[in-house]
Amino acid sequence: MKDMDRFDFDLAGARLSALPSGALFWAAEGVLTVSDLHLGRSERYARRGGALIPPYETADTLARLDADLDRTGARSVICLGDSFDDLAASALPDEDLLWLARMKAGRRWVWIEGNHDPGPVGLGGEHRAEVTIGSLTFRHIAVPGASGEVSGHYHPKVRLAGQSRPAFLADASRVILPAYGTYTGGMDAGRAELRALLSGPATAILTGSRPIACPVPI
Amino acid sequence: MSALPPRFSDWFAARGWQVHPHQQALLSRTGEPALLLLAPTGGGKTLAGFLPTLVELAGGTHSGLHTLYISPLKALAADIRRNLSRPVEEMGLPVRIEDRTGDTSHQKRLHQRADPPHILLTTPESLALLLSYPDAARTFAGLSRVIVDEIHALAESKRGDQLMLCLARLQSLCPGLRRVGLSATVDEPGAIARFLAPHPAPCPIITADPGPDPDISMLVTDEPPPWSGGGGRHAIPAILNEVRRHKTTLIFHNTRAQAEIFFHHLWLENEDALPIAIHHGSLAREARLKVEAAMVAGSLRAIVCTGSLDLGIDWGDVDLVIQVGAPKNVKRLVQRIGRANHRYNAPSKALLVPANRWEVVECEAALQAVRAHDLDGEPRGPGPKDVLCQHILIAACAGPFKAEALFAEVTSAGPYADLTRAEFDACLDFCATGGYALKAYDKWQRLMLKGGRWQLRDPRATQMIRMNVGTITSSELLKVALKARFGGKPLGEVEEAFAASLTPGDTFLIGGEVVRYEGLRELTVEVSRDRGREPKVAVFSGTKFSTSTELCERMLAIMARPSWPELPGHTAEWLSLQRERSELPRAGELLIESFPAEGREYLCIYGFAGRNAQQTLGLLLTKRMEEEGLNPLGFVATDYATLIWGLDPVTDPTPLFDLGRLRAGLEEWLAGNAVMKRTFRNVAIVAGLTPRNHPGQRKSGRQATFSTDILYDTLRKYDPDHLMLKVTREEAMRGMVDFARIEAMINRTGARIRTRRLGHVTPFAAPLFFEVGKVPVFGAARERLMEAEAERLMAAAGLARSRAGG
Repeated sequence: MKDMDRFDFDLAGARLSALPSGALFWAAEGVLTVSDLHLGRSERYARRGGALIPPYETADTLARLDADLDRTGARSVICLGDSFDDLAASALPDEDLLWLARMKAGRRWVWIEGNHDPGPVGLGGEHRAEVTIGSLTFRHIAVPGASGEVSGHYHPKVRLAGQSRPAFLADASRVILPAYGTYTGGMDAGRAELRALLSGPATAILTGSRPIACPVPI
Repeated sequence: MSALPPRFSDWFAARGWQVHPHQQALLSRTGEPALLLLAPTGGGKTLAGFLPTLVELAGGTHSGLHTLYISPLKALAADIRRNLSRPVEEMGLPVRIEDRTGDTSHQKRLHQRADPPHILLTTPESLALLLSYPDAARTFAGLSRVIVDEIHALAESKRGDQLMLCLARLQSLCPGLRRVGLSATVDEPGAIARFLAPHPAPCPIITADPGPDPDISMLVTDEPPPWSGGGGRHAIPAILNEVRRHKTTLIFHNTRAQAEIFFHHLWLENEDALPIAIHHGSLAREARLKVEAAMVAGSLRAIVCTGSLDLGIDWGDVDLVIQVGAPKNVKRLVQRIGRANHRYNAPSKALLVPANRWEVVECEAALQAVRAHDLDGEPRGPGPKDVLCQHILIAACAGPFKAEALFAEVTSAGPYADLTRAEFDACLDFCATGGYALKAYDKWQRLMLKGGRWQLRDPRATQMIRMNVGTITSSELLKVALKARFGGKPLGEVEEAFAASLTPGDTFLIGGEVVRYEGLRELTVEVSRDRGREPKVAVFSGTKFSTSTELCERMLAIMARPSWPELPGHTAEWLSLQRERSELPRAGELLIESFPAEGREYLCIYGFAGRNAQQTLGLLLTKRMEEEGLNPLGFVATDYATLIWGLDPVTDPTPLFDLGRLRAGLEEWLAGNAVMKRTFRNVAIVAGLTPRNHPGQRKSGRQATFSTDILYDTLRKYDPDHLMLKVTREEAMRGMVDFARIEAMINRTGARIRTRRLGHVTPFAAPLFFEVGKVPVFGAARERLMEAEAERLMAAAGLARSRAGG
């Protein structure tokens, strides 16, 4: 992995790398973490009688995940919740299931529950409300006061020099991941819900062609 | 029927009126399936349209709906109801008249569907909604005539296309339906007649006496106009003087923001406290109604307004129209001028107020064109398919339909007369399945074929389709209201992007008052009143029109003259200075200036192709420059020129202008740029791909929604031939991209490029430095600046930069 293609920072003694795709890599443990994939979103909209939006987001999200696995050689994958747009959406088309199975082969794979997918999905792998590895705890929604915590849920975005991009938000005790799924929007990091979770000098790491770090706007 | 019944002729006689020849013509030819009336404002156009209806209803034997009147403005529907009530009451006609718009109460609307009046006054959107109900046939039973008012305005927009599809539907429900279009003077009435007529029926055109030529001139002010920008603040004393000398003045602006700023400053200088109000489409309904009522009561001396007063409402006392800012389009100017003096056969009086030096030249060009009766018209392409997709969904709401029957009906609408069955089927497939190359939705189709008829899979979908009827998508608007503890009064609307740029404590103008931004609560911008502070600018929308080809050509002709005695001194001097320090653009070649200023390198291209095309040119050229490693940073476009800046000088721009390469690069370029994404957003909303309104919508939690840009990028990557991308391309090419005018410009100049390398900013280029709406180029140069900015912020915050290896 080239130096320019990641941004390294420390959390609870662990050195973590924010990747430009929005994935978080913990090289020492070989753990790749992604959050809020929202697979099957177009299918859910269609099923519920909503709009028929282009049904390509699952393939696109899996392709980016596949590329991140390739470049990091991760031994474990943690999906931080809201991996599926709802539980029924986890009934993916066969070719996507095969793709997922191929990526899972030979790896530890953890599905953390999210508010969109609050229950086990029938796809193999571990299903957990949260998981702790070493000094870090992985869960969907940040808990106030927690430390060494890796979470998702909020889809944070940060505006820099006129452009708004999905971003990691990190302070001394936690990191909040941007949404990794293709069909996801974002919440401005300036919103009260997010600001309440961060303390001290917090860093935003913007995703894009290369990660760009800046202070979280106050 | 040709003679006017005695009851009517007596009524005319009692008022000392004579029936105009065109009113008589409409009466005599009332049996025609379609008629188009061209008449100036004040020519008794509306009465001409309704007279046959009133005569037919006078006997009192008709039951149910007889005539449907459609206007582009809600206000017009209410105004016509007032005006029609008078003859109806005075002649004691047994006629019930009601209006139905977005403002009509739910209760009233339900009642109208069950028991419609004889004459229903409505808008295209309300009609589309009425047709979406399964009981439409009952509602419209007996309908005999339809009157389309201001059809020249409707024919320029998707609203008109939707209306014509609705009329086709109505024609199936009521086969004997007769259509009448009422239009202002236009350059090509035949095109509007074809637009209106049920294809292939003919549509005879009746032209009223156009009346005397208007009395129109440029307002000469003591203070010269500024170099750039709009607004016309410099002319306020002179304008107030004119208001004093006239009974009622309409002061037109091209955008809402300009109207607001002008109004604010006008009041600061309005020492006599002349009663002057403001009216535009972003104001809350209550505020607009108040102004309209005051106008009708004759208690106003002037109204500062925008295109929302371009049309119809008949205010007889207006004796002066002032146009602030360049008119952009001769046809619209003539129509605005017609707003003054609604007495037939009296000349309208109008003054043009150029807001900057460039506009002085454009106003002179417009004066020449008006005097020469030379109207401009941009041809409009075939009916857009996103509107058709919405129409198919609306049809499905009304009930199951057969594809052949709907296709036959659709192609009887003028704008869709040339639609092929294959094109129709593609739209139908999009509505039914999404039309994707990947057939992922077999289980979840929106429309299903059952017994040879298409119908909604889930009947509950009707709610969402109805909530999204309409083709106006300008931008996401947020309501502005006083904070609850200040009464919660609604003030109007602003664009979401503008609201996002506000921080608490910021001030802006709305409805002529300065308000302070308090915060966003759900989807309402909460404000408090804040008197006496200089406001931050309100940048909520106003349609940006391009200056027409006709006006641009006349401007170049003016510049070709040896001297300019007809122009104000300051502008004549400015032109002379440009000739001296650089040179003046000529029709037969493309002038490009290249010069350094303030540490950047500039390129100024005088294409005179109109704002949209100059903007596209900016995007295309900066892309080519990026490829050539010329490090462009951004550009700004006006109707006349594009100014590009970057890190490196461009000494020979000729290779950048290879039309072949520009066109070849267009497709690739079109792909990723913001203009296309904006166009896609509009298309996706109209076609029902991304509905704006959802039943039981959750108002917070914005992370749940994602931008249509993502859908656009995804389609491009996985389904590049998808219908929505094709429709987007078609629309952008003739709308915001306007590549046709770039081609026309390159053809006009015969690709002869005249480059001037200069050591300084030129008189013509200088005003562009103050233009708003600069477009950044997100290339290598920008990436470099963005990282530098992040670096600076990190250093300032004392945060260690721990990039790996760094």
